[in-house]
Amino acid sequence: MSAVHPVLRARRRKEALRNLAFLSPWIIGFAVFFVYPLLSTVYFSFMHYNGFNPPTWTGGRNWSYVFTQYPLFWPALRNTLWLVVVTVTLRVVFGLGIGLLITKIRTGAGLFRTAFYLPYLAPPVAATMAFVFLLNPGTGPVNHLLGGIGLPTPGWFTDPHWSKPALTTLALWGIGDLMVIFMAALLDVPKEQYEAAELDGAGRWARFRYVTLPNISPIVMFAVVTGVIQTMQYYTQPLVAGKVASGVIGNSGQQFEPGYPDKSTLTLPQLVYNLGFQRFDYGSACVVALVLFVLAMVFTALLMRRRSGFLTAED
Amino acid sequence: MSRLTKAAAVAAAATLSLLASACTGQSTSGANDDASKDVTINFWHGWSAPNELKAINDNVARFEKLHPNIHVKVQGNITDDKINQALRAGGGKAPDVVSSFTTDNVGQFCSSGALADLAPFLAASHIDPATTFPKTMQEYTRYDGVQCTLPLLGDAYGLYYNKKEFAAAGIAAPPRTMSELKADAVKLTKSTGDSYSQLGFMPDFHGYESTPTHFAAQWGVKWFDADGGSQTAKDPGFTEMFQWQQSMVKALGGFSKLERYRNTFGDEFGAKNPLQTGQVAMGIDGEWRLGMAADAGVTDLGVAPFPVPDDQAGTYGKGYVTGTIVGIANTSTKKNAAWELVKFMTTDTDAVVSFANAIHNVPSTLAALKSPELDQDPGFRTFIDIAQNPDSTTTPPSVNGGAYQVTMQDFGYAYESGRAKDLASGLKGVDAQVDKDIAQAR
Repeated sequence: MSAVHPVLRARRRKEALRNLAFLSPWIIGFAVFFVYPLLSTVYFSFMHYNGFNPPTWTGGRNWSYVFTQYPLFWPALRNTLWLVVVTVTLRVVFGLGIGLLITKIRTGAGLFRTAFYLPYLAPPVAATMAFVFLLNPGTGPVNHLLGGIGLPTPGWFTDPHWSKPALTTLALWGIGDLMVIFMAALLDVPKEQYEAAELDGAGRWARFRYVTLPNISPIVMFAVVTGVIQTMQYYTQPLVAGKVASGVIGNSGQQFEPGYPDKSTLTLPQLVYNLGFQRFDYGSACVVALVLFVLAMVFTALLMRRRSGFLTAED
Repeated sequence: MSRLTKAAAVAAAATLSLLASACTGQSTSGANDDASKDVTINFWHGWSAPNELKAINDNVARFEKLHPNIHVKVQGNITDDKINQALRAGGGKAPDVVSSFTTDNVGQFCSSGALADLAPFLAASHIDPATTFPKTMQEYTRYDGVQCTLPLLGDAYGLYYNKKEFAAAGIAAPPRTMSELKADAVKLTKSTGDSYSQLGFMPDFHGYESTPTHFAAQWGVKWFDADGGSQTAKDPGFTEMFQWQQSMVKALGGFSKLERYRNTFGDEFGAKNPLQTGQVAMGIDGEWRLGMAADAGVTDLGVAPFPVPDDQAGTYGKGYVTGTIVGIANTSTKKNAAWELVKFMTTDTDAVVSFANAIHNVPSTLAALKSPELDQDPGFRTFIDIAQNPDSTTTPPSVNGGAYQVTMQDFGYAYESGRAKDLASGLKGVDAQVDKDIAQAR
């Protein structure tokens, strides 16, 4: 084997350096905003650190505390998984359903698109407070309506069995982002394929199953993956709902019970905040953050593996 | 070892050393600034209502008049979470002086060094906390021998009752014992179907100030033993408090009915507070309710000390006492100037009295409590008496803040709703959890 010519080697090095220069903004961003925080989180998960005094090594104490002694960890994990499975599934189904309906509407389509998109623009805190008001079991109009037509009146945000469905309802109300994405994907499906399917005698369901779904599958996968990641980071809505419904709001000096009622709205991101920024226990907060990170990675990897078998080479 | 592996090992070692050195920002506790020079200090507080903001700004204006070289930049409506972040971050925009509505974080502030130890400042100014502040207020402003905060007005809890409804029900005087409270509450309760047109008393632990902590104070409980261990299962006061609360819940219609009714209440700190709307005839609350009720045009609320257990009738007049605390950020480079403001706000009798009168809070110095300038309204005097009562108690500071109270509250919610049935083992569980949390925080 002959040695590489020095001129060629120099050219290759120059090319590599140029590529690196072009890549450097991403590399720097990745190192500063991902690698450094991740390494810090791993480091502090083994330290006793309150943000003021120097960190001291504690070995696996934080890990053992979070998994075996901190009573909020397992309820928060269960709630987060519940929300990931139920809310993401319903959001995708509902978003796709609304998208399908709106693409079929001939008259007033603009009005319907606006009506479904507008809630997405509401700030999360305002939207959550409005929902707590609407779903108030004592004075809310929703229960008045349900009671008026003889249906049961749930406790919604005040009942541990109904609080997560109430949060899911809130998430479905703000479906506007997914609806727009699905609408764009649905309008992009080639018309000829529907015509060909019709000629082959395909009914409505068969057209959806064999034409629509394969065409929009990358978008469905995108919605699922981003939905899982977003739901893993669910923080504002459950926190605000819990605070408002429990009556502990504002700057009253009262201790707030996270996850009201009965820890049913507690999520892992709330624990990270509670441990790190309220209990001054950075080490345990880092443990929960790492659990969250690993869960998000596992979910995403599983979905991406599924995606590789699900999509065509063209996708 | 390949070149790549070596490079990775070096990078990892460098990153970890960087983390170890960069993330251990230890603040200085020295105070070398010259408080006689021109300086601007940042003061963060939590008050937000217009009358409260006016009162605090007037107080600061009085201070600036006395200290023309010290300018105070005031930032209101600050929560404890924001204070915590700012104390860690430090920097030019961080607060030099912070105040908080909750005394629960004092243990964390003092043990972590987030707030400066005020002992050297007090000594230099010849101020003896023992002869300046009431005993309970001294207790909740220090932890483990470190006085890192001082009291800036206090809060005392008493019983509010609707005088009109009392007269209509033929009740001559507010209840003095827990048995009388229960009997009056039942008499004042008017049911309509599965709800109420009026409830005598809201005993549920989410009923605003009806917390286990506030109720337990009437039994004179001690949260921790001499070694710092949680002792809620050992102190009979907690058991008796829960038994009393359960008997109230049962006597007034049961937990579910009460919880449904609780959801019809308006905002605690707004005009629709159930005491002000007449939805409840009696309630436990702090002295600030007097001003809020007056602002809402409510004139028929009477006040009295909260009832005591039947077997402690001799201690009638006591109550739960807490308050606002103020301290100096350890990251501050202007501690001497900051101390001038803290000293003025917490120990200047005129400043304390005028501020207390303006926002209807209990003054926090012994001199101010006896000042003839203090609001002489009989309702307000009731709270002044509760604050000075030797049997009044507060909640002790803990290394992990109010976590022990949250644990107790959690158990309270489980017990009142029937999810937890065994009181004795539940309280043992509270103790075990509190001890674990404290061990983790140390």
